[in-house]
Amino acid sequence: MDKFDDSLDIRPHGAVVIEIENITKRYIMGQETVHALRGVSLRIHRNEYIAIMGPSGSGKSTLMNMLGCLDTPTSGRYFFNGKNVAEMNDDELAEIRNREIGFVFQTFNLLPRSTSLRNVELPLIYAGIDPETREEMAARALCEVGLGDRMGHKPNELSGGQRQRVAIARALVNNPSIILADEPTGNLDSKTGGEIMALMEALYRQGHTIILVTHEADIAHHARRTVHLRDGLIESDDYLPLMESDFAISSP
Amino acid sequence: MRRFLYEISESWKIAASQMRSNLTRSTLTALGVIIGIVAVTLMGTAINGIQTGFDKSMAVLGDDVIYVTQWPWARVNDWWNYRDRKKIKTEYAEQLNRMIAATPNSNLIVAVPASSLLRSVKYAENEASNIFVLGTTSDYILTSTVDCKEGRFFNELESRDGSNVCVIGYDVADALFPNSSPVGKLVLINGQQFRVLGVNSRQGTFLGLFSWDSMVVMPLPAFNKYFSAKSESDVRVKIKDKTKLAEAKDELTGLMRRVRGLPPEKKDDFSINEQQAFKSTLDPVKNSIAIAGLFITGLSLFVGAIGIMNITFVSVKERTKEIGTRKALGARRRTILLQFLIESTALCLLGGLIGLTVSYLMCLSIAAALPDFPIRFSVGLVITSMLVSVMTGLASGFAPAWSASRLDPVTALRYE
Repeated sequence: MDKFDDSLDIRPHGAVVIEIENITKRYIMGQETVHALRGVSLRIHRNEYIAIMGPSGSGKSTLMNMLGCLDTPTSGRYFFNGKNVAEMNDDELAEIRNREIGFVFQTFNLLPRSTSLRNVELPLIYAGIDPETREEMAARALCEVGLGDRMGHKPNELSGGQRQRVAIARALVNNPSIILADEPTGNLDSKTGGEIMALMEALYRQGHTIILVTHEADIAHHARRTVHLRDGLIESDDYLPLMESDFAISSP
Repeated sequence: MRRFLYEISESWKIAASQMRSNLTRSTLTALGVIIGIVAVTLMGTAINGIQTGFDKSMAVLGDDVIYVTQWPWARVNDWWNYRDRKKIKTEYAEQLNRMIAATPNSNLIVAVPASSLLRSVKYAENEASNIFVLGTTSDYILTSTVDCKEGRFFNELESRDGSNVCVIGYDVADALFPNSSPVGKLVLINGQQFRVLGVNSRQGTFLGLFSWDSMVVMPLPAFNKYFSAKSESDVRVKIKDKTKLAEAKDELTGLMRRVRGLPPEKKDDFSINEQQAFKSTLDPVKNSIAIAGLFITGLSLFVGAIGIMNITFVSVKERTKEIGTRKALGARRRTILLQFLIESTALCLLGGLIGLTVSYLMCLSIAAALPDFPIRFSVGLVITSMLVSVMTGLASGFAPAWSASRLDPVTALRYE
């Protein structure tokens, strides 16, 4: 396939959700300066399913933190739905994370003493949604991931796959612009991992935008587009051949 | 605004669940606050009690009575200037009363002489020793807050005649007549018989020094007949308007100088006192006791607060990853700050409530065991100690909560 280029791109896509231009990130670690990102540009459209790959030290995690608005770049520009994220303060970033980004972590990161329902409700509390609506939305999200009958269970009463489903429900509940999954199957056996990837596929087909960060090639294969990072730079940015179904869902 | 409320209610829920799941730790930490609050509130009740007792003692002196005495009540540093003063004589009262009557618009109402000494009082087999025997006129009741529980005070006629009658204090009646009414009975003082006309109601003690209830009051002529030697005298003057105390004192000073026949160049050789003099002497003492007491007990609360701070730091440390997760999900700095502030405050508030209950129970049992012990539990104290608990929680939780709110989400998420 062609390299990313608007004029030649024949694939269907929605509006640009994420646009980063030449971002860099430097850390000072003791005496030396680490250049985690050396100038990365990327454009992600609505309803893309993109995998970010790379060995450790490639800047993959830094890019993910950047995309997830957990961190701001040292230089370069980052527009999220047209808003300049690079210049936002902590609280504005928190707002973006709350409304626009659904996080799925490798270690699930559920609150251990709260039920599934309460875990899924958490982002809604920070969004200032009233208790009844909150519960209704959280319950709906849990049903969507197939855990309608596990709402009152605490994380230690759930299997690994179920925990990750709760985390996915939590990521979905605010109807975010992107779902950012960091090694979502890293702590799961391959069968359960497969189930989680099937769930991701289903979400993609429903119209969600998914960014998958992984170092496993077979997990990355689920995505439609793969970005390889090496030494803080994009090494390759490839699209998978289109599938018939891709046309069906994204047409206006 | 709504979001703020939801965040607060969420924080309270987290605080409650944290306390439940770390029960031992929370209990031990709260114990520090409990001890602190118990110490501070008990000190508070004691100070309250002292104040109440003090006010009660002062009330017995009367705020509309001024006292003419040889020595001033307030502490003096130059006692040698007072020691050669002439004694106050009971006759001054009559002279003063004549002058008051002759003065139009006088600020003074009446002067009452009072002579006293300590004697034993007997009835049948019973004896009460160290009784304050007071000789005065029937006007005494005007200058005193005492009223008769039983019987009556002596009248003007008995007062002038110097009949062998008396009014006895509550404790005297209790000691001499445990099972019967004293009214009409004859008691022996210095071998002389006195008929009991009345019994005073209970007055309590004066600053815990002596009891108004171990007192016998009799007409002055009778007192002078049997006890005049070695007695101490003063003159009490009731004033018309207690807001014009200064004018009344000036007027009385003028009258006393006339009584004593002092030429203008001579200084006063008597003292005019009112209860304020006691207050100004005792207030600094009382206040320094209160400040020292509160400071020392406050230290134990401070130690409790350090415990809270410590445990909140631990809580922040071990929940770093949770803080990271919450931040990733949209918790702002304020949210995290509030969460930990509320946790430490909830702990302090719980400790405060328990501490208050404990000190309330202790007050009840102290009051039951020692009825005279000055201890006072008040609503103000409850509110104050709750406020102190909350302030302690906020103060001790602030540093850890602040550090939690400033955590970098990336670092926090990576924390294991």
